[in-house]
Amino acid sequence: MFRVTDKPIKLQELVDFVTDPEAGAIATFIGTTRNNNEGRRVIALDYEAYPEMAEKELVRLGEEAKQKWPICRMAIVHRIGPVQITEPSVIIAVSSGHRDAAFAACRFAIEEIKRTVPIWKKEMYEGGEIWIGTQSGQPLPRS
Amino acid sequence: MKVKVKFFAILRERAGTAEFTKEIKQGSTVADLWAALQQDYPKLAVPGIRLLYAVNRDYVTPDRLLEDCDEVVFIPPVSGG
Repeated sequence: MFRVTDKPIKLQELVDFVTDPEAGAIATFIGTTRNNNEGRRVIALDYEAYPEMAEKELVRLGEEAKQKWPICRMAIVHRIGPVQITEPSVIIAVSSGHRDAAFAACRFAIEEIKRTVPIWKKEMYEGGEIWIGTQSGQPLPRS
Repeated sequence: MKVKVKFFAILRERAGTAEFTKEIKQGSTVADLWAALQQDYPKLAVPGIRLLYAVNRDYVTPDRLLEDCDEVVFIPPVSGG
């Protein structure tokens, strides 16, 4: 299961998906929306994706993880659109025979998402908004 | 020939458009297309950021030759997670 969605993500759906009789471990990672960033008070995040390519990149990183570690199943769901403080923006679940592989693949997945998957977050903070990763430009005053 | 261009995130906002087709010369590269788009959309370029390039949903280098009906996307720094 590799997808982007504009609906709230449900952890249990991913856990159910990776549940496997061969697995002795399920590792999960939940990325959540923090109320502060670099001294700014964050009101919400707004995610945008190039959905067809984002899903393709998620599948690719899943295949890469399977080559690196003996994992059973993997699920990644990334949210797009507005995400409120405390809500999950991304959930990853990985099952494996033994825990080391599940932990490692879960960590690999979130790092690869941040590195290669075409998804962008705009931070809405008190006093403005900014596309994260473009900080060398000036923050945009909110109109 | 014609290619489909899609803008996302900061580039979409700066261009004021998300998707369109663009007539280009045979033999144009991704870099040539980017140069032409900066003429069409003077505010497009974001100073100081590094762009990546995708054709038909795969990352490519800027010297990639374009073909008719390619889908070209200019990818500002990603920030998922």
